[in-house]
Amino acid sequence: MALANSPAGIGTKRLVVGAHFGVGNFLLQRLTALILVVFFAILAVRLVAAGTLDYVAWARVFVPIWMKVLTLVAILALLYHAWIGVKDIWMDYVKPVWVRLTLQTLTALWLLACAVWSVQILWRV
Amino acid sequence: MSTPAATPTTNRPEFRNIHVTQIVRYRMPPAAMVSIMHRISGAALFLALPFLLWMFDLSLISEDTFARMAAIASGWAVKLALLFLTWAFLHHLVAGIRYLILDLHVGLELPQARKNALAVFAISLPLTLLAALKLFGAF
Repeated sequence: MALANSPAGIGTKRLVVGAHFGVGNFLLQRLTALILVVFFAILAVRLVAAGTLDYVAWARVFVPIWMKVLTLVAILALLYHAWIGVKDIWMDYVKPVWVRLTLQTLTALWLLACAVWSVQILWRV
Repeated sequence: MSTPAATPTTNRPEFRNIHVTQIVRYRMPPAAMVSIMHRISGAALFLALPFLLWMFDLSLISEDTFARMAAIASGWAVKLALLFLTWAFLHHLVAGIRYLILDLHVGLELPQARKNALAVFAISLPLTLLAALKLFGAF
């Protein structure tokens, strides 16, 4: 394990790939939260501007390409936000490593599937 | 070498990390209620994701599927579920904005933190009530 031993100032017990892991997730949790707040504010304004929400008015909200991109970015932010949050829940309450790993893997796969699905949903409009 | 202290003979209570089953016996201040509900609402929204994406999909495909989505959403059981998810969304949003503000080191002092925790409920609960009235056709 040359990687774990060599860099100066990093203890032998410390996983190099694990460094700053928590800070990154902490910041991303907040960045994705901000993206979602901004997205829902813009969506709310567009919905009010759309008037009575029948199918045509509702679908029109998502027709412009910038709205598709913005919505997709918001959904991806939501999925990553959910990944950090749900992973925290598993890490807090599920102690056996294999059960936790299985739940985390299923969560990740499911969120990835949702990401692909949301592209399909948005670009069909 | 120092000799280890003698094992205490009294059975003193142990305080380890709080377990889910112990939470019910704790007296929770408003900030703790906001916190645990932030987690519960987040988990609920995560679990509801397939349902919400499916409804979103139906609402956008065509006029027919939009009508189908509306029909599904008009059942009382689905309405109750939607109301719960609306609460979850509103609580998660308002509590989340509070956390973002706390991260800026604003409102961190105990009395203020207590007040802005109560403010989360004062905003999210009336909005949920409004959504309930709208959902069940009061206006």
